[in-house]
Amino acid sequence: MEFKRKNKTQLLSKIATNDRHGENSPYFDGWKAYDNNPFHPTQNPNGVIQMGLAENKLCFDLIKKWIMENPDASICTAGGVDKFKDVAIFQDYHGLKEFREAIAKFMGRVGGNKVIFDANRIVMSSGATGVNETIMFCLADPGDTFLVPSPYYPGFARDLRWRTGLEIVPVDCKSSNNFRITRAAMEDAYEKAQKWNLNVKGIIIANPSNPLGTTLDIATMRSLVAFVNEKNIHLVCDEIYAATVFDSPRFVSVAEVIQDMDCCNRHLIHIVYSLSKDMGIPGFRVGIVYSFNDDVMLCARKMSSFGLVSSQTQYLLASMLSDDGFVGNFLRESSKRLAKRHYVFTKGLEQVGISCLTSNAGLFFWMDMRPLLKEQSFEGEIELWRVILNEVKLNVSPGSSFQCFEPGWFRVCFANMDDETVEVALNRIRTFVLDRENQESNRSKRCWRKKHLRLSSSSTRLYDETIMSPCMISPHSPLVRAKT
Amino acid sequence: MRLIVPLQSVVQGRGGLIFGSLIPCALFYFLQLYLKRHRSPKPQSNPPSPTTSSPKLAEMTRTSSRSNLFSRSIGQVRISSRAISIAKPNESPYYIGLDKASEDPYDRLSNPDGVIQLGLSENRLCFDLIEKWMSENLGHSITGRDNGELNINGIATYQPFDGTMELKLAMAGFMSHIMGGAVTFEPSQMVLTAGATPAIETLCFCLADQGNAFLVPTPYYPGFDRDVKFRTGVELIPVHCRSTDNFALSITALDQAFNQTRKHGTKIRGILLSNPANPVGNLLSREMLYAILDFAREKNIHVISDEIFAGSMYGNEEFVSMAEVLDSEGFDKNRVHIVYGLSKDLSLPGFRVGVIYSFNENVLAAARKLTRFSSVSAPTQRLLVSMLSDARFIEEYIKTNKRRLQNMHALFVAGLKGLNIRCADSSAGLYCWADMSKLISSYSEKGELELWDKLLNVGKINVTPGSACHCIEPGWFRCCFTTLAEEDIPVVLERIRKAVENTTDLLNSS
Repeated sequence: MEFKRKNKTQLLSKIATNDRHGENSPYFDGWKAYDNNPFHPTQNPNGVIQMGLAENKLCFDLIKKWIMENPDASICTAGGVDKFKDVAIFQDYHGLKEFREAIAKFMGRVGGNKVIFDANRIVMSSGATGVNETIMFCLADPGDTFLVPSPYYPGFARDLRWRTGLEIVPVDCKSSNNFRITRAAMEDAYEKAQKWNLNVKGIIIANPSNPLGTTLDIATMRSLVAFVNEKNIHLVCDEIYAATVFDSPRFVSVAEVIQDMDCCNRHLIHIVYSLSKDMGIPGFRVGIVYSFNDDVMLCARKMSSFGLVSSQTQYLLASMLSDDGFVGNFLRESSKRLAKRHYVFTKGLEQVGISCLTSNAGLFFWMDMRPLLKEQSFEGEIELWRVILNEVKLNVSPGSSFQCFEPGWFRVCFANMDDETVEVALNRIRTFVLDRENQESNRSKRCWRKKHLRLSSSSTRLYDETIMSPCMISPHSPLVRAKT
Repeated sequence: MRLIVPLQSVVQGRGGLIFGSLIPCALFYFLQLYLKRHRSPKPQSNPPSPTTSSPKLAEMTRTSSRSNLFSRSIGQVRISSRAISIAKPNESPYYIGLDKASEDPYDRLSNPDGVIQLGLSENRLCFDLIEKWMSENLGHSITGRDNGELNINGIATYQPFDGTMELKLAMAGFMSHIMGGAVTFEPSQMVLTAGATPAIETLCFCLADQGNAFLVPTPYYPGFDRDVKFRTGVELIPVHCRSTDNFALSITALDQAFNQTRKHGTKIRGILLSNPANPVGNLLSREMLYAILDFAREKNIHVISDEIFAGSMYGNEEFVSMAEVLDSEGFDKNRVHIVYGLSKDLSLPGFRVGVIYSFNENVLAAARKLTRFSSVSAPTQRLLVSMLSDARFIEEYIKTNKRRLQNMHALFVAGLKGLNIRCADSSAGLYCWADMSKLISSYSEKGELELWDKLLNVGKINVTPGSACHCIEPGWFRCCFTTLAEEDIPVVLERIRKAVENTTDLLNSS
């Protein structure tokens, strides 16, 4: 070939060759460590336990049962096959009417039936990732900026910025007031952006928050709405964890808040939703944009051609989510199981003196490891994280990867494992904490040893995206068969 | 930074050369540097593409283009510039016609006066085969093969964003089969996307920057305007093909377009082909494929070959995939990328399954990361693995599909011939490319659109006018015949006849 390696990459676009995909961060390094050495209770009991992926596997049994009991919904069974033709040919970007209606009803239900969502405003895309990017394409031009309260989901850096060309300015939230989003912090961030000559187009919040696991109170929501109205900028509310609320206060959607605010310009308000977390079906790739702005809705709908939900999936979910009995039971059970799992972990950690931010939602908790840091800095945090990853063999996510303002916080996911693994994980943490405290005096020697890491976080390492969940390669894959 | 000499101190000579002029200059430049560093990169002003200095380049008249008119919003709040133009009602007859047909769809029994849809290339000819397969194989579709137990982990949890290996394997086999066994496709070189639409967009994001362009032979699929231009900021430069040689692509035309575009300061990153062609339905010969690859190598650009109709052949010509040609003659494979999908050949547009097939590891690596924005739904992947792996079924399907396509094509084209409407020579696709230039009042786009309007609103048939496909010659229309049953053909012909009744040149049957 006449090309040198340099020529080959020059033939690619900037987007293809820059690192705004964000995969060169510790957040993803941890996943790689898991992929290379995944925990299995019998086959690999010393492997890394995945606590860095917010997946909800607690209620699979309920979904499985429903699918088996409702073969017609699958359109590829004897009962459902007469629907097959119409569904398979359906590629209208409006989406199946039954699907939109079912989603609107589900969202209403998740919001405590305080709001009625209009099925005609439901726009879809491929998962929450797809809808977050789509809404940004609709609201802002390359070079524009969105404010994001920190700590925030690391994927935002990619989803909001990579192909859209936007920038993010964090709104710093601090532990002193439990990471609440204050008006002062928002104003601060807004002014900072202005000083840097950045054109702020909006603010995006996650409610419930990832990684904090807390829901926003009504006062904060109203303050946010007032803020965006004053500045005439957009408010995007990512509500994908809405149904993972397991304790009070209840979840309040922004849709409910603006119902009582006459002075609010609704054209500024947009909701992002998904079934990936609430129902634990990220594989289905269902993301929803719900905008109160007609132009945004129309634009997002046309863009949904780039990520339409498979009509087979739409049809299945339309049936499932219209089953009131199933939905009611699911939401109740899910909350119960999440609450229990959350309690087991937080209590278990409390026993060894580790506290967590009080939270009432999400598939994770926000763990305070500041007492265990050798030095109160981000270097100290990364040092501790490497120990937890490489020696304790738990993939937890360091706060710095969430742009947390203060070092020492870690996000720990708890909903993607069975009860036995929970025990193992808890024991490991407990042992580690006690160990670390007992060996305070040998700190300098330990520091030296720990610098020789087995896993390096070289920025040239590419994260292999194909492996993200504990059950990646199906045991029946021809690949596996071919190897044995 | 502008060169400014603080004249005052120089003129007055205060402090001599150093203090009087050099130091103030230095201070000034440092101030400029400080200001520049603290200024963020300005967003490119509307319109973002630098090629708008030469408006003739992209002759986008009617279809959705990146004609970003305002940076201010309609109304009080600002949304993005692209959203403003995209949110507007679509003016393209392609979309208007599709909407009209879907609002009032023809049904032989329940709505005989509805609009007959000939504007959407959908294949409804072989659903019975697929339904039959479903009912005979239901155990394997959604429930997986684990003793009838539903393996929920396999469909509910996060799957690889670029598709499961099982589906890639099955797809590789299917694509090979579809293309007559002449090519072997490697699953590891495949990236699966939610339809061919995001496959094209993703490739554009990988291969070109904002303001760059792709050459595209005309007439072309109207959806390319959306797929390539909506969000990527990449332009499409038409390379006009003409009826005199049955709309065949010529290297001369490619070369001319390339040079002209370059002269205007726009960088061409590649050629976007559809083979079999949409809307004409002709094929690129082996020799033409060689010539295109040579051209691409000479200009150092990419080739995207959209082969989505490869399995919808009805003619006797041989389809040759780019992949087949690459194996011979030592062509540089790194610049070739193939797009495929199941929407046409397997009639499953709703399921959203597309393929990017590339030989370029860097492109594959980038595309894999990008597919998180448009992944195939897992239950659908599970279903398709079963279907595509059933070699016997696929064999039967391909044979029957070809036969039925041949039949419908022959009937439809003959019927049009009876109205003295001839069609371009074609071998594939779900449509024919009909020359109705004799029926238009004036030989212009205006005349063509008047006929289109008459056909839609009087004749109640939706066909796609050539201008929506950027055809340089007015009067051509794409008519999809695979949504029809045989009994519908006389109805369509009658409606055409009625719609153009007063046109002088609706000839007596020849």
